[in-house]
Amino acid sequence: MLAKVLSLVTRAIPLAIPLLYGSTGEIVTEKSGHLNLGIPGIMYIGAISGVAGAFLYEQSCGNNIENMNAVLAILIPLLACIAGSVLIGLLYSFLTVTLKANQNVTGLAITTFGVGVGNFFGGTLIKLVDTEVTSISLANTSHFYKYSFPFVDKLGWFGDLFLSYDFLTYVAIIIAIITGIILNRTRVGLNLRSVGENPATADAAGINVIKYRYVATCIGAGIAGLGGLQYIMAYADGSWSNDAFGDRGWMAIALVIFALWKPSMAILGSFLFGALCNANNYFTGYGVQAQELFKMLPYIVTIVVLIITSMRKKREHQPPESLGINYFREER
Amino acid sequence: MASEIKNKSKREPLLHIVKRDDMAWWAAWSIRILTILIITFIMCLISVKLTGYSLPVIFEKMFRKVFGMIELGRLKMFWAYLESVAILLCLSLALTPAFKMKFWNCGAEGQALMGGLAAMICMKDIGGKIPEWLLFVLMVVLSIVFGMVWGVLPAIFKAFFNTNETLFTLMMNYIAIQIVKYYLCFLPDGSNKINPETIKHGMFPGLGQNNYFVNIAVVAVLTIVMFIYLKYSKQGYEISVVGESQNTARYIGINVKKVIIRTMLISGALCGVAGLLLVAGADHAVDTNTIGGQGFTAIMMAWLGQFNPFIILFMVFVIKFIELGMVSVYTNLDVSFAEVIVAIIILCVVGCEFFIRYSVKFNHRKKEGTV
Repeated sequence: MLAKVLSLVTRAIPLAIPLLYGSTGEIVTEKSGHLNLGIPGIMYIGAISGVAGAFLYEQSCGNNIENMNAVLAILIPLLACIAGSVLIGLLYSFLTVTLKANQNVTGLAITTFGVGVGNFFGGTLIKLVDTEVTSISLANTSHFYKYSFPFVDKLGWFGDLFLSYDFLTYVAIIIAIITGIILNRTRVGLNLRSVGENPATADAAGINVIKYRYVATCIGAGIAGLGGLQYIMAYADGSWSNDAFGDRGWMAIALVIFALWKPSMAILGSFLFGALCNANNYFTGYGVQAQELFKMLPYIVTIVVLIITSMRKKREHQPPESLGINYFREER
Repeated sequence: MASEIKNKSKREPLLHIVKRDDMAWWAAWSIRILTILIITFIMCLISVKLTGYSLPVIFEKMFRKVFGMIELGRLKMFWAYLESVAILLCLSLALTPAFKMKFWNCGAEGQALMGGLAAMICMKDIGGKIPEWLLFVLMVVLSIVFGMVWGVLPAIFKAFFNTNETLFTLMMNYIAIQIVKYYLCFLPDGSNKINPETIKHGMFPGLGQNNYFVNIAVVAVLTIVMFIYLKYSKQGYEISVVGESQNTARYIGINVKKVIIRTMLISGALCGVAGLLLVAGADHAVDTNTIGGQGFTAIMMAWLGQFNPFIILFMVFVIKFIELGMVSVYTNLDVSFAEVIVAIIILCVVGCEFFIRYSVKFNHRKKEGTV
């Protein structure tokens, strides 16, 4: 029994963490009133930027793990990933905040863009650099990313359950907790929420709406991008294959609703989604076909949550009031 | 904090933005078309760098991919281009009434996939057991019903509980994808892939060189019908009133719930038709990638076409030309770049909309001391 629970959790968490990154990022963005449907694309961009950084560093070290510096091997992909995704966040906020373009259309275009860029560079990085390797495999960098506590083996089930993951897993949870505290306990968070609820009032109170929306979108994009990197480095062992990241970005957006715009709920929700993604492994008595039906569960659960929250109309469970609406000061 | 605000109010910003609605249609359209042309040209220059072809070669490749050997009377490539235009156009048309109502139907992908699945079930599992004409009727009816159900579910909840439709329809896409995967599990050879050669019944006939005659004809008719429906029918008027303001609609006695549900029935049905055309008229197979993201591209097309079927038609022609053309340019590297180029063009057009709807005015600098 214990072993079963253990394997349930330890298999759910690696699937959960990219979703947690994505949804924490999206919560920050949505709290400012911007429904960034570009998150799936941004996660691709984050992943491919990190992969490109790691690839170039591994090339410069001659693909030899002994030449690589652990700190650089972690920092270079990390910074590349954040830079890439923040840049796309900046593009999105320039279009929607400054140029007041439709958020849904811009977001979807960003997703198309991001997925395309990811697949393009994933497929051509090798051709452009002109080396003899056949596919991108960053096992060396991945090795550094997956480094976990050395004493885990001695701690038995406790170590397996809590300490056996890569460091980005813990970072994800810490970021989510900090985001929750900032949103609910600080003045900055209060201002951000007011910008998302009613930008005109916030503007009248002297809050710089444009600045808050820019910064929230860019930070959100940066956090979401890390999800892509975590997936590649920890879950996929550093190997890039086109479209492997799949629909996780959309699931992250679904998770935002499931979590009712609360980062702390997003942590639990992501674990649940991770477990649901794995559900087909636990209900094995129903044949191969039924597995595909079990994979629907995360989406169905999200829809049910969406319906229930809209039916109960509880005030604290509603989306930010001006979500999806651009702010133009001179409009009534 | 207080002093900060004081300091800021002293400085006057360099420019400010004013809303305008007086731009002539020809000026607005020259901005849009110029943006598309300039960005496409820049993308071609980038392609020169990336692929190593010269500029004329790139243009020729794009032209040949779309028009084929048109001067020799070989129209096969051109019909294929028209077919891809027809499918994307059909999806965009399906979304147009919903968007006009400000109902963000992001579920065209799933609705079309369900329509396609219904057609496939008829073709593969029922075909041959009933007369061919009955099969066609059944395919059309079932595809429309499947698409409708997928479209109307979010609409019912939107109408009665104001459930967020963007996210609801998005989730429905993935449920549809899983249902298709489930269906593919039951193939007798266990290959998870339908071989188009094995499908013998329910395929739409071609006309001469044109294998896609039905698709193109149906969508051409739909474009005109949709234009008339939106512009001249009472229902089309109700849609635009609900889109402008639900309170106004209620005030003048429009049943908003009914309009939302009815419009999404139409939207879902047309998506189902797109799926039917794609499966029965072109692919003769179905898998999770049948729609291939066109449901999302259609959203952008409907928006760029400003909910006018003929402008959408034009936009789809342009975007499909660039996409197909770029696929042929990048076959040696990676065809995903065609998607990137299309996305960049859409982003630029969406951005240039700003200069049509707003004008930027410079503030004249005032002397110190004056207010």
